[in-house]
Order: sequence, then structure tokens, then C-alpha cells
Amino acid sequence: MSSVAAPTGFSLFRYSAPAQFYPLAGKLAPWFYAVAAILAAIGLYIGFFRAPTDFQQGDAYRIIFIHVPSAWMAMFLYVVMAFWAGVGLVFNTRLSSLMASAIAPTGAIMAFISLWTGALWGRPTWGAYWVWDARLTSTLILLFLYLGFIALQAAIDDPRRADKASAVLALVGVVNVPIIYFSVKWWNTLHQGASVKPGGSSMAAVMLTAMLIMVFAFWAYAIGMALTRVRALILEREKRSQWVAELLAARGR
Amino acid sequence: MQWGSVENFLAMGGYGFYVWGSYLVCAAAIVAEIVLVRARSRRALADARSFAARGAGKGV
Repeated sequence: MSSVAAPTGFSLFRYSAPAQFYPLAGKLAPWFYAVAAILAAIGLYIGFFRAPTDFQQGDAYRIIFIHVPSAWMAMFLYVVMAFWAGVGLVFNTRLSSLMASAIAPTGAIMAFISLWTGALWGRPTWGAYWVWDARLTSTLILLFLYLGFIALQAAIDDPRRADKASAVLALVGVVNVPIIYFSVKWWNTLHQGASVKPGGSSMAAVMLTAMLIMVFAFWAYAIGMALTRVRALILEREKRSQWVAELLAARGR
Repeated sequence: MQWGSVENFLAMGGYGFYVWGSYLVCAAAIVAEIVLVRARSRRALADARSFAARGAGKGV
């Protein structure tokens, strides 16, 4: 445990080594889960018991409290995943690539939730579960990009080669994120425009509050999940190394 | 409470199927992810232990 210690005090780079990051992630993850659970409880309470029925959409609009957070997280996580994949590709850092792999399944689940909730919201408001609209189609492509990233990694035996190939896929796919975001502006779509944008919101304050609290809950959940998953990935890849043997011995198991 | 009764709350103004269909599947997806990640973590730890037990640390 001595070779990677920072020479003077605290250094962020210290944690770029899997051996250092593994215990840190283990300490941090439960806090993110706790924050996620508390925020979700508050957000859902406000969303279902404080926010009034919408005068246009009735109570169907309450789907927004998970639809928008999952859709935002699906896009945001993709950018973060592609960033770490890119860092791993350029600087050849193992942990960066593992972070990208740890984020992918959560991103895929977020994309799935946003599509599913969108379908169930679309039926009562538009009369259809699915339409080949620019916003919906580009979000479906996002889900396929996540699944493609996961599948490509699983298909290549050499882990570092898998990291590199999937990083290229992730980086090429980044172009889809602005397409999703601006699709409601660029094309004449069925999907409504952004309710929340820089400079103002068209939503009632109490609805917006519940939705933003849910956004932070999803955020905390995704970070906790990425930290837990990256620990499993680190162990899978480094099980032969000295530090893992030492760590397990120190635990007395 | 604006709903008055549990029945009204579950009915969601006639949109119960859509609202609860969204929330239940969202909850199921998150629970499934947590279960899968925990299983993977346990598997990885058990695997690492068996490597360590075989006198690892020498590299393979």
C-alpha cells in the first residue's frame, strides 16, 4: 500500500489507483444511497400530497416526477460515461475505463425508465404509447447505445482491448445527446418542449420543487450505484493482484 | 390530504393505470438493479477470495 501514497497530504490523483479507490468508493456509496432514499421520500411526498392536480392533464402529469429525472440522468450519465471512456482511451488509465463500464448499466436502466414512463404518459395525453417522434426515437437510440456499449465490452475477451473498442463507440454516440436535447426545438415533435430551461420554468413552483428533488434523488442513486458497481469491476479485474490479497487478508477472511 | 380516501389516491383521477404502471416498473427496475449489483459484488468477492486462498499475490 506504500507505492502509490501521495507524498504530501491529500491528493485527488491518489484515488486514481484502483487499490486506493476501492475502499473510498465503499465508504462513500452508502451515503449516496441514504441521500437518494431521503430525497425520494421527500420528493414523492411533495409530488403526491402537496402538488395539486394539473388543470390540463389531471393526475397523469404526476409521472413527470420520475420521467424527467430518469430522462435527464440517461443523457447526463451517457456524457459522463463517454468522458471516462475517453479518458481511459487517451491516458490509458484503468480506473477511468472501469468507471465508464460501471455507469453503463445504470444509464441503460435510466433510459429504459424514461421510455417506459414516457409511453404510459403518452397514451393518455397523445393517445399513443409510442410514436416515431424525434425525441422518442433519439432516446431509444440512446438506450441502444448503452446496450451496444455493454455488449461490445462483453464480446471482447481481452479487457483492455474491450475498454478501448467500447470507448470509441461511446465517444461516437455522444453526438446523439445534443440531438435528444434539442430535438423538440429542431423538429416539429409531439413531445412537449422543455418545461425547465435556463431563464425560467413553465411549471408551478410546487411541481417544479418535487421534480427537482427527484432529480437529485436519481442523481445520488446513480452515483451510489456506479461506486458499488465499480468496486465489483475492480475486484473482477484485479483479483490476481497483491493489493487484493492484502486487503482480504487484512479483513481476516 | 387532498385525496380524501385511499381509493381516490389509487384512482389518480382515472389515470391510476398510467401513473402506477410508471412508478411500479420504475421501482422494479431499480430493485432489480440493486439485486443484480449485490449478486455481482458477492461473486467478485468470493472469486477474489479463492484466488487469495490459492496463495495468490504472485500474479498469473
